[in-house]
This record gives sequence, structure tokens and C-alpha cells, in this order.
Amino acid sequence: MGKFIVRRLLWMIPVLFTITLVTFLFMHAAPGGPWDRDPGRRQVVPATQEMLNRKYGLDKPIWRQYIAYIIGDFDADGKFVCGAVCGNLGPSYRQRGRTVQDILFSVPEGQPIWDSRMGYSARLGILSLTLAIIVGIPAGIISALRQNTWIDYLSAVIANIGVSVPNFVMGIFLIIIFAVMLHVVKVVPKSWSSPTVWIIPALVLGFGTMAFTARLTRSSMLEVMRQDYVRTARAKGLAERAVIMRHMLRNALIPVVTVLGPALAGLLVGSFIIETMFSFPGIGREFVQSITNRDYSMIMGTTLIYGVLIAVANLAVDISYGFLDPRIKVE
Amino acid sequence: MVLSRPSRSLWGDAWSRLIRNKAAVVGMVIIVLFAVVAVFAPLLAPHNPLQINSGKEFLPPAWVKESSTGKSGEAQFLLGTDTIGRDLLSRLIYGARVSMIVGLTPVLIILLIGTVIGLMSGYATARVDNLLMRFTDVIYAFPDLLFYIIMMITLRDTALGRMMNGLFLLFVALAIVSWVGVARLVRGQVLSLKNKEFIEAARCIGSSDTRIMSRHILPNCLSPLVVWMAFAIPRMIIAEAVLGYLGIGLRPATDPHAFFITSWGVSLLEGQTAINAQPWLLLAPALCVALVVMAFTFLGDGLRDALDPRMRGTM
Repeated sequence: MGKFIVRRLLWMIPVLFTITLVTFLFMHAAPGGPWDRDPGRRQVVPATQEMLNRKYGLDKPIWRQYIAYIIGDFDADGKFVCGAVCGNLGPSYRQRGRTVQDILFSVPEGQPIWDSRMGYSARLGILSLTLAIIVGIPAGIISALRQNTWIDYLSAVIANIGVSVPNFVMGIFLIIIFAVMLHVVKVVPKSWSSPTVWIIPALVLGFGTMAFTARLTRSSMLEVMRQDYVRTARAKGLAERAVIMRHMLRNALIPVVTVLGPALAGLLVGSFIIETMFSFPGIGREFVQSITNRDYSMIMGTTLIYGVLIAVANLAVDISYGFLDPRIKVE
Repeated sequence: MVLSRPSRSLWGDAWSRLIRNKAAVVGMVIIVLFAVVAVFAPLLAPHNPLQINSGKEFLPPAWVKESSTGKSGEAQFLLGTDTIGRDLLSRLIYGARVSMIVGLTPVLIILLIGTVIGLMSGYATARVDNLLMRFTDVIYAFPDLLFYIIMMITLRDTALGRMMNGLFLLFVALAIVSWVGVARLVRGQVLSLKNKEFIEAARCIGSSDTRIMSRHILPNCLSPLVVWMAFAIPRMIIAEAVLGYLGIGLRPATDPHAFFITSWGVSLLEGQTAINAQPWLLLAPALCVALVVMAFTFLGDGLRDALDPRMRGTM
């Protein structure tokens, strides 16, 4: 098991390497640079630009810049400046004087740690995953136990819609229903400190996962219900409750638990449209804003973070297989 | 006495199972409907999608008497008009064209590339196979939507990015990441078939590798590929809508003779600006995307059950 984890961790290196290399090359192929100002404003004079380039090492050949970004390089004074491996994602192209990691991870003075942009996104992701679990799993169980009744059909219809309709389209529908027609919530809330304003974005973000979880739980329950050991449990006179909780659920939830890892990664990454829609102060909106601003270093930094999140989530799944079901041998 | 009954092929069998599935039939009908709309867009659109009707901005749908803008709908603009007075219905009809093309073209490219690489990988020596599979592993781990976004924004202003109003670049971006799934699927199929008796028999009578691949292995890959396609097309349509919504998809055309004028993603972006006063501008394209995507998903579910009845009821 330990060997497997180490091997998978090592395997993440080429994956992340490719992600950063591709992004880096694209970023350099793109027009514009960190010292460009908006057209119409006074531009940085060429001499200053050259000096800035020298200071940040942008005058060096591209392969060296890449190494500097990932590992680090010596600056003009001969001092070693660490790169992405130390968490230094470089200066933002648009937000002057701030580095990418500063924008994404720093917390305003006197605020708790989860008030950073990353913290906001993580909270939204976890909240929507929780919603998906506490609604999706019971819905799946009930529709399996009451197979082919109206409650099963209703949940199947909702789950089918949830699985196929993309979450941003679902978001549009929910915003129009709840904010524009019913005026229950504001499209863009004034503050994110009250917990009630989180419900709609979390629901929109988690709806697909919720539907997927419900469908998976149902089909997995149906499969387990027909197993011999369930019949045995009933035959020896166990209460229905014990049969369901101890014998069916434990086995039926294995596939469900294993998809929750990628689901969380999907929620974190998929959140950027939802965050933009609700003007949510997380990294997703920062990412979208950096797209419109052509803030290439910010795009690169957020992509790298997303890449790491996905890689870690995938690893977590593979490991969880081994823990949950001893029959599955992790190789 | 000879018992005889009409022979039924695999596909005939699958078809009869498919048309018994109500959801799949509904899906097919919707897809055919949208395909017809896409092909005959110029004949079906009541107005020119680029024509700006001054003084008729923000008209609500025709059945709305008094909207929040104080205007009432007009019969000639069935779904109302947008912020600069263009007919929404006509724009949606032309948008169907882009969505259908975006759904189909990259999927066909992917099928071609993925199948060739998958066959090669499954048939090649262990070393080549290993190399190819490690390569697909890396691409598989790449967050695809992020890759589309990076590629679209950085190459948008180059000559490549301007071809076909940006659609060409979109095809390339969508195809580059997604062939991996097909390659793995085909490879898995090849590996499981390679040592079966019928392949051995074919080899014994002296069939060449190319013949075995094209005549014996490929036909056995077809049904999973068809199912894959039904699920891949909506993914492409969603990706186009997302990119359009972020303003980095298709470039809306200004030339009335252009083939691809606008897309649903572009309409979503345009509708977003007026969400409180004119929700129909956002609602209509969102409904279109939802409808088509759902239709394809229903068809995909139906195809999977029809082509492989053992899979029925599972995910």
C-alpha cells in the first residue's frame, strides 16, 4: 500500500510537469506581457520595461524562465528566488505589486484563515458536496427500497435532469426562478457573511453531483439487495433496519464513496462559472477575471492549483478503493 | 423439418430494443428536430439574425402583454428581441447550427485519431503500448475545460484563431484532449479480443494484421464507440456554451453571409447582462442547451442498454 502511494505520488510529477509546461508555452505565445497597461493609460517606458524584465528575469531564454518559474533562479543580485515548488507563483500581470499567491491565499487583516479566496472556494465546494451527500444518498436509498413507486420515478426524473443539464444552465434556471421571479434571494448578495446566501450557489454547484450520487446509490443498492448475504440476513430473522443499515448500505456505498473524491475536485474546478454568476469572491471568479484581463500569470497559477487538486483527488480515490473493499487489490 | 425464422443482425436487434425505450425515442426526435433546424436555418429563421430593429429593443416574447420594460410583445418577434433589437428566435435558430457542428466535428476527429492510436497501442509491442498509455495517462489527468480556456484565449488572435470565426480553434482544442478516452476504450477492446479463438482462427488462415484489425477487431469496437459518441456530443456542446458564456468561444459574425453567425453560448453571454429586466434573453438559450444535452443523454442511455443488454440498469 505504501509503495503504491509513493508510486502514485511520483506519477503526479510528470502530470503536473506537462500541465505547467503546456500552460507556460501557451502563455508565452500569447500577445502582451506583465508590463502592458490598459490601452489609453500611460504605458511603461521601454527603458523601465527593460529594467523590470531584468529584475524579474524575463530577459532570459524561455527554458530558463520555465525553470525559474518551477524551481527558481538567481536574481540580479545573485540571491536565489524560489519558484512554484515553494509556492511562489510570480507577480500578477494586472494587479500591480501583488503576487498570484498573495491574491489567492492571503487573508484580509484580522479575518480568519478561511476568508481568503481559496478559503471561500473550498467552503463553497465542501458545502455543495455535503448537500449532495445528505440529499443524494438518502434519495438513492429510498428509491431503491421503494423501487417502481411514484417516489422512485420522481427521484429518477430529477436525477436524470440533474445529471444531464450542465450546472451553469441549472444555475441560470434557479437564478431566474428564485431571484428574478420570486425575489426570494438576490442575484448578487451584498455580503457573504450570512449563511443563507450560500445555499443557492451551493445547491446549483452541487446539483449535478447530487443527482449523480442518487443514481449511483440507487443502482448500487438494487444490486446489493439481490445478493445472497442479504437473503441470509433476512432469513436468520434480523430486523429490516439492521439488514438495510448493516448489510446493504455498507456494501452499496463503496462505489458511492469512491466517486466523491473526483466529485469534490470537479466541484472545485467546475465552480468558476457559478462563482462568476453569483459574483462569489473565490479563486474561480479570479480565474475568469484573469481570462478577460489576459492576466497570464494568474491563469497559469490557478491552472496549476486546479491541476494539483484534481491529481490529489484522483489519488485519494485509488487509495480509498483499497481501504473500503479488501477484495480490490491496489496495484 | 427445418425451423426457420428471419435472421436478425446485431444492429437490427439493437434498433428494435432502442425504439422500445421511450426516453431514447424522445431524445432522437429532439435531436432530429434540432438538426433540421440547423441545416435549414436560413429558411426557418423569421428574420435576419443580424438585422437591428431600432426602436424595438428589449421586446418581450410575443405572448407577454406588458413586461418590466414597459413594452409588450409583437407577433413578428416570437421570442422577443435582444439589447439591440435583433430577433431572438432567429439568433437561436442560427445558434443551433453552431451547436450541432461543434457537437459533431470534434467527435468525428476524435473517433478517427483515438481509434487509430488505440488499435496501434493494443496491437503493438508491450513497450510501445506502455509508452502510449503513459502518454494518455498524462493527458487524461489534464483538466480539460481549463485547457480549452487557455488554448482559446492565447491563440484567439492568431490566424488559426480567426479561421471560421474561431470555430476551427475550438474544434482543435476540444479534439486534442478528448481522443484519449477513445484510444483507451479501443485498446481495452483490442486487448480483450486479441487472444480470442476467432482471431486466432483468422491468423491461422493467414489473414494479415490490417485485415484482422479492420475486419475482426474494429467491428467489435463499434458498439462501445457509438455509446461513447452519444455521451461525447453533449460534452462538446456544453464546452462550447461555457466558452461562449465566458466570451472566448465563437466570434459573433457581423457578415450576414457568414455560415456560423452566433451560438447559444454567445446568446447566454448577451443575455446575462440583462438578467433582471429581460430574463427571457437568458432563459431561451439556456433551455435550448438543456434540451439538446438532455436529448443526447437519453439517447446515450438508450443506446447503451440496447447495444449491451447486460449493462441495463447499471450506471
